[in-house]
Formats: sequence, C-alpha cells, structure tokens
Amino acid sequence: MLGTYYTFPELLIWIPFITGLIAIFIKNGKSVKMFALLSSIATLVVSVISLCYTNVGAHPEFFYYNNVSYVWMPYIGSSFSVGLDGMGFLLTFLTAFSYPLIFAATYKSDYKNPNAFFALMLLTQAGIMGVFVATDALLFYFFWELALIPIYFLCSRWGGEKRIAATFKFFVYTFLGSLLMLVGIIFVYVHTAPVTPDAAHSFSINAFYNATLSSGQQDWLFWLFFIAFAVKIPIFPFHTWQPDVYEQSNYPSVMVLSGLMVKMGAFGIIRWILPIFPAAVVKYQHLVMVLCIIGLIYASCIALYQNDLKRFVAWSSIAHLGLMSAAIFAANNLSLQGVMLEMLNHGINILALWIVVDIIEKKTGVRKISELSGLAGKSPALAIFLVIIAFANIALPLSNSFVSEFLMLNGLFDFNIWFGVFGTLGIVLSAFYMLNMVQKTFFGKANMLAEQAQKMSAGQGLVLFVLVIAILFLGIYPEPVIHLTQSTVTDILSRTSFK
Amino acid sequence: MEIKWYIFLSLALFCIGIIGALTRRNSIIVFMCIELMLNSVNLLLVAFSKMHMAGMNAFSYSMASSAQIFVFFIMIVAAAEVSVGLAIIVLLYRNTRSIDINFLNRLKN
Amino acid sequence: MDAIQLIYLVPLLPLIGCLINGLARNALSKTLVGIIGSAVVFVSFCISVLIFIQVSKEGFVTQNIHYFDFIHVDKLVIPFEFQVDQLTSLFLLIITGVGFLIHVYSISYMKDETQSGFGRYFSYLNLFVFSMLILVLGGNYVIMYIGWEGVGLCSYLLIGFWFKDQANNDAGKKAFIMNRIGDVGFLLAVFWMISAFGTASYARLYNSENGIISSITAINSPAIVGITLLLFVGAIGKSAQIPLYTWLPDAMAGPTPVSALIHAATMVTAGIYMIARSNILYSLAPVTLAGVASIGLITAIVAAIIALKQNDIKKVLAYSTVSQLGYMFLGLGVGAYSAAVFHVMTHAFFKALLFLAAGSVIHAMSGEQDMTKMGGLGKKMKITYATFFIATLAIAGIPPFSGFFSKDEILSATFAQSPVLYVLALGGALLTAFYMFRALAMTFKGKFRGTAEQEHHIHESPATMTVPLVVLAILAAVGGFIGIPEVFVKNANKFDEFLSPVFAHSTAFMGMREVSHQTDLILIIVSSVLVIIVSVWAYNKFKNYAPSTVGADNAFVKAIKNKFYIDEAYYMLFVKPYRALGAFLNNIFDKKGIDGIVNGVGRSVNYGSRQLRLLQSGQVGSYLLLMVIGLLILFIIQLFTK
Repeated sequence: MLGTYYTFPELLIWIPFITGLIAIFIKNGKSVKMFALLSSIATLVVSVISLCYTNVGAHPEFFYYNNVSYVWMPYIGSSFSVGLDGMGFLLTFLTAFSYPLIFAATYKSDYKNPNAFFALMLLTQAGIMGVFVATDALLFYFFWELALIPIYFLCSRWGGEKRIAATFKFFVYTFLGSLLMLVGIIFVYVHTAPVTPDAAHSFSINAFYNATLSSGQQDWLFWLFFIAFAVKIPIFPFHTWQPDVYEQSNYPSVMVLSGLMVKMGAFGIIRWILPIFPAAVVKYQHLVMVLCIIGLIYASCIALYQNDLKRFVAWSSIAHLGLMSAAIFAANNLSLQGVMLEMLNHGINILALWIVVDIIEKKTGVRKISELSGLAGKSPALAIFLVIIAFANIALPLSNSFVSEFLMLNGLFDFNIWFGVFGTLGIVLSAFYMLNMVQKTFFGKANMLAEQAQKMSAGQGLVLFVLVIAILFLGIYPEPVIHLTQSTVTDILSRTSFK
Repeated sequence: MEIKWYIFLSLALFCIGIIGALTRRNSIIVFMCIELMLNSVNLLLVAFSKMHMAGMNAFSYSMASSAQIFVFFIMIVAAAEVSVGLAIIVLLYRNTRSIDINFLNRLKN
Repeated sequence: MDAIQLIYLVPLLPLIGCLINGLARNALSKTLVGIIGSAVVFVSFCISVLIFIQVSKEGFVTQNIHYFDFIHVDKLVIPFEFQVDQLTSLFLLIITGVGFLIHVYSISYMKDETQSGFGRYFSYLNLFVFSMLILVLGGNYVIMYIGWEGVGLCSYLLIGFWFKDQANNDAGKKAFIMNRIGDVGFLLAVFWMISAFGTASYARLYNSENGIISSITAINSPAIVGITLLLFVGAIGKSAQIPLYTWLPDAMAGPTPVSALIHAATMVTAGIYMIARSNILYSLAPVTLAGVASIGLITAIVAAIIALKQNDIKKVLAYSTVSQLGYMFLGLGVGAYSAAVFHVMTHAFFKALLFLAAGSVIHAMSGEQDMTKMGGLGKKMKITYATFFIATLAIAGIPPFSGFFSKDEILSATFAQSPVLYVLALGGALLTAFYMFRALAMTFKGKFRGTAEQEHHIHESPATMTVPLVVLAILAAVGGFIGIPEVFVKNANKFDEFLSPVFAHSTAFMGMREVSHQTDLILIIVSSVLVIIVSVWAYNKFKNYAPSTVGADNAFVKAIKNKFYIDEAYYMLFVKPYRALGAFLNNIFDKKGIDGIVNGVGRSVNYGSRQLRLLQSGQVGSYLLLMVIGLLILFIIQLFTK
C-alpha cells in the first residue's frame, strides 16, 4: 500500500512540503486552490491510515513505533529522526484534519497572488507536522522556524490595514523566544552523552532526556525554553501580540495560528520542558500556574468587553489556553490527559468559531458585535451551529471540551484546591462572555445588515456540520483519544520526579 | 639568546605599528604600519617555533612546524591585502586627489 | 419481560423526538410535530410505569446498568451508567408523566407559532425531557452533572424561545449564568469526591454492604462537610434558593408550559433530587444539614413575602415556586428526606397545574399577565377556574388535598427538630395561603378590569389544554393519599414505605426524631385551622378587588414590590464591576501596561541603536582606535581573570 509502515511521519511532512513548492508554479487561482485542497486531503488520508496502524498497547515505550531516522549531520550528532507517539498521532491528525476544513470553508475567498498564498499555507503545514513528529532537538528547532516564517509572510501580506505592525511584533516576539530556546538546546546538547561514535554529543530526544543537568542549570534553562513556548501559546504576560495579529490577519492564517500553532507551544512544554527539567518544573510550577490562572480570569474579563468578533475570539482563546497551560504544569495524570484532549478540542472548537466569524463577516461585511443583531432569524442553520459551538466552548457536558476541562480541572484540584477553584470559576466567566456574544449578534430583532445577509454556502455548512459532529462525538465518547494518548502521558510522568 | 629579547623586539615593532596606524593620516603609511604589526607577529611566531624545536619531542615538533607554516600564511595574506589595499588607495586617489584617511568617510552617506 | 433492560429507551426516545422535530421542523406539519413530540414522551412514560411496577415488587434491589466507559484515565473510571432504584423510578414517573401532559397542552398553547418555531419548541422540550431523565437516571455524579447542565441549557433555550425580544434573552442568560455559578460548586464537589474517594459512582459510594461513604461513621469530617456544602451550592443554583434565586422569576419570560414543566415541576427540583440521592453523605454532615434547613426556611419566607405584592400572575407563581422549594430544602435539612421528595411530587402536580391554568388564562386574555387587569374570569372559564381552585387548595395545604399531606409531613419533622423553626415555617405556609387566594380571587372573582376587546375574546381553552388540567387537578386533589400520616391510619404512608430502602441507611444512622401522635394531631389541627382562616380572609379581601389609587405605599411595601432590590444589588455588586474590570483591563492595563512594556522594549532598542549609530563616524582612524582599546580591555580582563 503506502510502502512500509515506518514512512508515515515522513509522508506527513513531505506531502505538504512538496505540494507547497509545486503550488508556487500554479498561477491560476482556481486550480491552485483545488490543488491545495487535494493536497491537504491526501495528508488527511495518510494521517487517518497511520491512525489505523497504531497499536498503542503493543509498544508502550516512547517513540518505539513509527520512527525513522536518517543520517543528517552525524558529526554534530544530529539526525533526521521523526516518529509518532500518542501525542504525535493526535496532533498530526488535528493538523491534517484542520487543513482541508480550512481550505474548504474559505473556498469562496479570493486572494492576491493565490499561488504564493497557498504555497505558504502548505509550507506552514509541513513545518507544523515536522514539529509534532521530530524526535531530534535540532530538527525540532528547524521545523519550529519553518512553521514560523511562512506564517509571518501569510499574516503580513494578506490581511487588514495594520497587519504589518502587528505581524512584525508577532515575528520579533516569537523569534526572540525561539532564539532563547536555541541557546537552551545548545546548552543541553553540550551536556548529553554521545549516541553514535561520530560525535561527542547528540541531539536525539532520548539523549536530551538523559542529559545530566544540575538543578541550578535547569533553573535558567527552564526559562529559556519556557519563554519560547509561552509566547507561542500564549501564557499571560506574553500574550499581547495575539489579539492584534488575529484582528489583522486573514482567516485561514488565523485558523492555522490559533488552531494549530498554539498547540506547538503546549506540545513543546509537554515534550521538551517537563521531561528534561523536572527539578525546575517542580520549583517553578506554582509561579507559572499562578500566571496561567491570572491569564484565564484576565482574558475572560477582557473578552466580555470586546466589540470586534475577531478580538473576542482571540481573548476567549487566551482564556482557554490559560487553563490548559495551568493544567500542563499541574503535571498529574488527570490534568495531562485533559490537556491532550483539550489540544484536540480547542483546535476543533476554535476552528469552528473562526469559520462562523468568517461567515458572518462575509455575509454582512462587519464584525462589530454592536452593529450586528438578529442573525438567527435570517440564518437559523448558522444560529444552530453557533449555539452548539458556543456551548462547546463553555464546556457544556456532551460537548467535547467538557471532558477535557473536567479532567484538567480535576487535575488542578488534585494539585491544589485553590487553583481548582479559580480555574473552575473560569467556566462561569466563559459562559458570561460567550452567551453575551451569541445574544448580541444572533438574537434580538434583525437589523438592516442581518436583513441583507445571504445564506451560507453548502461547503461552509458541510464543514461546520463535520466540526459539530466531531464536537458531539468527542463529547460523548472521548475514550479513543484518551486511549491513544495514555501511553504518552504515562511515559512523560515516568520521566519526571513528580507523579 | 633568550626568548624574551625576541618578545621585546616584537612588542616594540607592534607598538610602533599601532601608534603609526593610529596617528598618521597618510593611508600608505598606515598600510605600512599594519604590515609592521603583521611582521612583528611573524617574528614572534618564528621565535616561538625555534624555541619549541629545542624541546625535540613529537608534540612540540609539530607545533613548531605549524607555527612556521602559519607565518607563510600570514605573508601570503599580507601580500594579498597589500595588493587589494593599494588598488583601493589608487582608486581613491583618482577620485579624491588625496590619500588622507580622514577624507575616507564618504561611505557614511 | 425485564423492564429495566429497556431503561435506555426512556431517555433515548425524547432525544430521537428532539432530533426529528429539530431537523425536520420545516418538513413536518405542526400536528405531526406535536404528535411526535408528545408520543415519544408518552412511550417513555409507559416504560417508566413498567419500571415502577418492577421496582415496587418485593425484594427489588438497586440495579446498575453499565453502558460504556465515559472517561477512563488510569485509576479514575467514570462509566456511562444508569442506576435504578425507588427514588429514580419515582422521578421518572413525575418527569415523563407531567412532561407528557405539558407536551399535549403545548400543542394548543403554541399553535400560533410559525412552522419552524413550533418544531423548535417541541425539539427543545424533548431535549429537556431527555436531559432531565439523564439527570435522574445517572449512576454517578458525572452523569448527573451531564443532565444537570443539560437542563440548564434547555432552560436557557426555552426562556429565550422568543429570541427577538432581548429581554427574554437576558432572562435566559441570567438563568444560565446563575445556574453555572451553582454548577461550579457541584463540579468542585465532584472533584473533591474523586480526590478523596477515587470515584463518583453511587454504587461504590453508597452501597449498603461496603460503600465508601456508608462505612464512614465519623460525623462532620472536613472533606464531607466541604463536599456536601459544595453540592448544596449546586442545588442552590438549580433550585433557585437564596442567594441565587433571582433568575427564576425572570425565567417566566419563557412560554407558560415551559414555566410549568421546567421552572416548577421538574428542573428546579433537581437540587432536591440530588440531596436526596446523597442523603447518606448529608447525614454525615449535620453542619451542612443545618445550613440547608436555614437557607430553605429563609427562602421559603422571603419568597412568600415577595409573592404577596406581585401583580403578574406568573411572577406570583414563580415566587411561590421558590418558596415551596424552600420548604423542600427545609424538609431535607431536618432529615425528612422522604417528606421532601413527597413534596416534590405533590408540588409537581399542583404547581404544574397552577401554571397551566395560568397559561390558559393568559391565552384567553391574549397574552395579558397582569392580575389587576383580570377579574371575573371564573364565569367564562369554568374548567380553568375549577382546576386552579383545586390547585390553590392543594398548595395552601388545606386538607385533604395533596399539598396538605406533604407539607404537614415536613412541618411535623421540623417540629421534631425545633419548635422555633416550626413556627417560622408555619408562618410561611400562612403567607402561601394568603397570596394564593389573593391570586385566585383577583383573577377569577369580582368584575372584569381589562379592555372591552379582551373581555369579548375571553373563552374557555380547547380540550387539549383542559384535559391535562383536569388530569393534573385529579392528581393534585388525591395525590396526597399515598402518604397519609400515621396519626390517621396505621401503616398508610405507602410513600415513605416505598422510598424507605433509599433512605434506610440515613434513618438508621441519624435516628428518627418523631413527635408523638398526640402532638402531631394537635399540630395538624392548629395549622389546618390557621390556614383555612387565612385563606378565607384573603379570598374575601380580594374578592372584589379594585385597583386603589389613593395612599402611598410605605417603605416596606415598596421594598416588597421591588423584590427587596436584590436584582439591582446584584447588578451593582457583580455585573457592573465585572464589566468595568473588563474595560479597565482592556483599555489601560493591557494596552498601556503589558503591551506598553513589550512595545517599550522595542522602542528602547530602537532608541539605543539610534544612539549607538553615532559611533559609526566613518573615520577609519577612530575605528582603529576603538579596536585597539577593545583589544586592550580584553587583555586586561584576561590578566585579571587568570
């Protein structure tokens, strides 16, 4: 069929990478759109097939399955090693799943220089995939940057008026974080034992896990890595780039940024920080969790105040991610398992929310909450979707994020009662701002803009339908995902001193 | 002769070179001063090489020979530098009718 | 046939009904939508009856039906499971039975809706029945929580059913958020339970042989007090007790059958169900029980006082519901779990009836809800009047109507606990009789005070509306006879007997403080006489009600009319600061503060490089000099660090 079973992680990188390069040469707007859609569907097919081949139970050890390694730079101990574990499967699937939906939902939109746009989108996908499958620190860093650079161009070339300033801040901010991480990677590298005879040290993930670092070294290395990931997620004081970028950028890029790229940060913390610097994590986890919880409450307050739908979604996303990051640092079985689920769920929910916002803006031409009213009367189908998505966002039971928030909050509660209490308060605040938004835009009397609104297209309806089905399925039967990621969680926890 | 005398000589040459390069405005003289500095380093390298030769074990022998090879490198680099540098000076002279380095701040704008 | 095996159909059918009505609402005719919506609930009711028959057989033991693992992480297993016991089967009957009647009633009541609105209504209503059934069927607290939030969702959707009016949406939002505040308590209690006991399943916790809670004997241990208090916070939110009751009167913005089903008969009693379900836990925490009793009693009295001065017929009933729920909590708080559940049942009958009858009135009055504009309707709406009258007798607690038996049981248990509480509770009961007879007299007696057009329009409602009224009226009249007190007939309290296995452990643990038969008899007579006197007085006072124009209200009456300004206080205390905080954080703290720092870093780099640029003079000599100085500095550093 697809050759041997060991090539899945590679295929997931190479399909978008190569099609991305080809896309540059397809000048016709329509065909490049179709080409990108087909490419993303191909990636999705590979991802789904790879899921069929997983046998999590049979290979309990980390990266034991689906891994492949090529000689890349043997003299410095780096190799092109990629592999999929439970978390990798989950996030590559999310990436592969989101892309076709993004392309399909925005199929009607037109862009200047479509070939460049779609090429950059696909290259970003390759970078994101690479981050999730890399099992070599240098390769991880390489893909980390590969994902960042195309998204920078996407956001700065297609978007609102103030996009250049916003994107520039985003780029400098994240790039600074990345460089700090690079320093950290090199420092850890120097303290690893050799794996191959060619080099004195090794960049492989297992060598990193076994690196000998004193607790003093861990203390500052922790912050080098943490800032890179915290900017990406973003965790509370590092968040200011996000609302601006979300407001100014085009929808597909925002969907990629908020649905997938923020997961890179969370993924990075789980894969690289927790197991490598366990002592520092124990030392700083309270501090970081306080920041995260402050961020949750803080963003919830601000979200209520927002008038621009895009900024609104941005702040609500920051609030959710605050909870998620806090749960990561609680680092117990329940909270980490909740985070795994939440990474998938947040990806699905925020994607759905963006699609709805996109449809609203396309229909009415505005995205100011104060100017919208009574859309439900004109487009009942969209209203139903929005209500389901909004309630999924505020973690109503039988929607996907209930299970993940339940587990995360339970984990937080186990860690410290007060973190649990404040984290749980977040669900009240989220209900407040979310229902407020739904009420103001969709309910009430239809105004002029709502009267003029056109129907949503069949493609958009289909995409939302798929997402809503996913929301409900994961809310009713989350067991497959939990089963998939359980081995990763156990492995991470076994590598750390806190259990 | 003791090694220190070579070091003193080399230092003296180097300092003359520095002072010359810093104080003179004629670019050709500046160039010559730079050459002087390079040669003082060459002198030092050769002197140390000779000193290591006296040790006569395998390690010091290899160090000594590489020092002498290094001297050749420096001479070649210096020659290349002079040829390029003089060419630049000639071109500058054609442009500005002067070889005063204080007039060479035109790149600024 | 083993009916228990069919239990999954009980919630599943309404869900299917919800999907059909929701998705095909534009394709099906209104009649068909109504029939589907009601039929699924009726079939559920039939199955519930079968289950009830099986449960009431001799030697029935609690059954757990496990479907699949909902959440399974390491040691934590939360299965999707149902538990069937006496309490569950009783609630199944109430929900599906009353639910079915209200569905039927709705067919006529909502007939003026548009095609799609009609389908949407029945879809929501079915979804509500589904959620409520999940709530009572769930075999652990997480499944209960699913139903718990589900009913909150349906309540939100149905209160805001007429979504074009933002006032309705505000009411829905308020209901949902206040419920959510309670839900936080519930959720935290579940977390605490899981970290303390490792499970949330009733079977593991309350199993009579080796249940984790059942084998605890220590009273008032911190974990148990904490858990019970937090669960009670959940109950306060859902069952509209002080301080989270203000959403319920606002919830009357929804269609009247919704008020009857959700905000009177079923959803708001979820809190009582939950505490009754956790009775073993609560019995271990007398501190919490005292809190439950106090909150219940205060709510019962305060809400009754507010109801005295309300002129909107639905608002009167809403405050009355809050007050009656307070009685149920009082019953729970004094350990009379069975009495509280009994009151849930009778309350479901008479309060649903009151709402439906009120709905019939509102329907006849073309949407008018103000009682000062009604009057004399009794002559034209005989069935409505009769049924409303029966319900009023029942809620006032006049023997032998159902409310008498259940309220008496609670009062007698309260007396056993403390005579002071009893006096207060009796006072509340008298208030109840007063405002109910006031409402009855204002609506149905005296002269008509509305417009001539309205008067012309008044008519008795169609059969689909009156038949449910009659059925409920029969239940409200005779429903109490399954719980006749010991005083009158020995061993006639079939209700307590039926529920006794559920509360057996608590009863054994706490011991039953019972009043002697003689005292009980005196209490019954005293309370009945007082209630009848108050009722007659109120009825006569308002029989010929005419809106008075003279005389300003004194401050107390004004405060009552304005519901003690609680809504305004909440707005000032919570909503406004929250909004102001959001604005402050967004405009000042975030933009100027945090983003200011971020941009400040950028700006200082910019400034710094502009200053450093000046070093690049272009003078080759100065470059050389700098280079030499730099080298010298390096040498010096080298010298000193060696």
